[in-house]
Amino acid sequence: MRYRSLSTGLAIVALIILGWGSFASAAEDEPYFFPFVNPYAATVMETPQAFQAEAPAQVPVREFSVQPFPQRVIPKVFWDQDHLTCSLVAQKKRAPLVFIIAGTGARYNSPKMLNLQRNLYKAGFHVISISSPTTVDFIVTASSSMMPGNLPADAQDLYRVMQLAWSKVKGDIEVSRFALTGYSLGAIQAAYVAQIDDREMIFDFKKVLLINPPASLHRSVARLDQMLLADVPGGTNRIDQYVRNVMYKLAETRDELGTPQLSSEYLYRASRRFPPREDFLKTLVGLAFRLDSSSMMFAADTMQGGGFVVTKGTRLTSTTSLSAYFSTYFDTGFVDYFHQFFFPYWQQREPNLTEQQLIERLSLKGISNYLKNTPQIGLLHNEDDIILEPGDLDELLAIFGDRAHIYPTGGHCGNMNHPVVMRYITGFLQQEEQQ
Amino acid sequence: MKRFILLLIVLLLAGCSTVPKVPVNAPSPLRPVPSDGVSLNKISDPFEGANRSVYRFNYYLDKYLLLPLVSGYRFILPDFIEKSVSNALDNIDDIGNLTNALLQLKMNKAGTSASRLAINSSIGVLGLWDPASHLKIRPQKEDFGQTLGHYGVGHGPFLVLPLFGPSNLRDATGLAADGLIFSAIDPLNFDHNELDIPYYALETIDTRKREPFRYYGSGSPFEYELMRLIYTQQRDLKISR
Repeated sequence: MRYRSLSTGLAIVALIILGWGSFASAAEDEPYFFPFVNPYAATVMETPQAFQAEAPAQVPVREFSVQPFPQRVIPKVFWDQDHLTCSLVAQKKRAPLVFIIAGTGARYNSPKMLNLQRNLYKAGFHVISISSPTTVDFIVTASSSMMPGNLPADAQDLYRVMQLAWSKVKGDIEVSRFALTGYSLGAIQAAYVAQIDDREMIFDFKKVLLINPPASLHRSVARLDQMLLADVPGGTNRIDQYVRNVMYKLAETRDELGTPQLSSEYLYRASRRFPPREDFLKTLVGLAFRLDSSSMMFAADTMQGGGFVVTKGTRLTSTTSLSAYFSTYFDTGFVDYFHQFFFPYWQQREPNLTEQQLIERLSLKGISNYLKNTPQIGLLHNEDDIILEPGDLDELLAIFGDRAHIYPTGGHCGNMNHPVVMRYITGFLQQEEQQ
Repeated sequence: MKRFILLLIVLLLAGCSTVPKVPVNAPSPLRPVPSDGVSLNKISDPFEGANRSVYRFNYYLDKYLLLPLVSGYRFILPDFIEKSVSNALDNIDDIGNLTNALLQLKMNKAGTSASRLAINSSIGVLGLWDPASHLKIRPQKEDFGQTLGHYGVGHGPFLVLPLFGPSNLRDATGLAADGLIFSAIDPLNFDHNELDIPYYALETIDTRKREPFRYYGSGSPFEYELMRLIYTQQRDLKISR
């Protein structure tokens, strides 16, 4: 109780003292112009090419794989996933190494990860990229519980993968020190990984930057769950029609822009002619999230031996039809997964745990004592991030104080490739000494 | 083509059962699949088991044959020659685009394809350059599958073809018909030379080079379902235009 009122008090103080101050300081460093004022447009379309940070198109990337649980029997339906692929972008000389953790459903080579790799390489880092613990290959090969979402457990899995990855490459590169970053879900996981490393001291991270993390996992996924239906009045069974509409809208510009693609660059060019409605964009964000969470739930369900959507003991192979499952997972929100499958699993391992306790634990506030006392951890966020509830940003400001760097626009990770933002990211990770 | 159809039949017969093998007397899961079946992604796919086998076959075909060929091709040839090859093949494709636009009585598109052919074959030196696109005369892709769709033929069961990838009964028929039309017109005079095999090999490599899709590249266990949905809707869209 005392803890609660203390943080509420701090939040109010932070709002008054730090809040506006830090918005102003972000603006003072360098002029920041971002072309999308609407946060959904920013999130979907990201930084248009003309505004992007300049980085080499090709960097020396090497893929390699790790196998944290070599004894694990992989179900036939995941025949193509018996190892976890990571990537290394290496400098030829001695340099700091930064680990980057991908956001929900994203792999080591997703577009945002590639942008980070290129820019961090340009800034003089070795870069090791790790897929999100919510991806199928991570759940199947690298998760100890195979029930993703429990941040401390996910962080343990990530820490194990990072050590294996490091041992695979340490003969080939010279490293001066270690840093860590991640975006979205990968950012909140990075905070938990940093906490583990604070105890184990394997890497002794000199700098850790959290880029657009959720303040609370549950609050953010609940928001994302809701977005899907913004533009689909008939519920999820009308989603076919929505996908058709998306394609039709994009095809209206076909003659000028070529074959419709679901790429942000295409959407940006198309949007200049046909400004899409916010509802439309909201659903697009929700759709992308639901596709990722469906894959995650299927992997977790199957690796647990079934019981959620798949009947226990069902044998699935590479030729089994998964259509009925796909449809069922698609009708299932992340919050349903949390409530019906995820929480009971963790409660079984910790009998006194209540759902509310687990929800509160899976947040940055849950480790705020650690975060407040660890000056090398910084926060980068946007005032209009769509995964934050009203009040979430204040909660984050109360934790990070002057280590929070907030931009007024950019939506959820939409401005990561903006030159000003990218300079902040690389500059923060480069700082040698703690302030 | 005969051999191809034979291969298809063999694969169809070899198709494994697709329904998940659920143990008897197992307790119902927390969120069972609704008994009325699939609400999302309702596309006829009676050969799903075989399709998924071919899907996986294509993955290996890519991995061990096509993608290595593409990398070798890219390594050997300078980019501008690769571009000229693509242009020349596109120019030949415009014959099919023109034929199918005429068959659908889409005179605007037929006019565009005819102008492209005339400009690119002459000023563009047998299609090695593409001056028509510089004049904003854009390619108008039409194939016999679209022609069939234009006259009301439904897509029929979904198919994954070896080498060619996602298709359906209508579009596979269209693919065969386009092949027959091409042979009948015989623009490269294959009846009197031996260039047909190099031509098809080059066309296959060029097509693969230009297609960014990778089998099992999405990381999603539902890639097959998503691909089926997107393929079907994209074709519907092309037919409606």
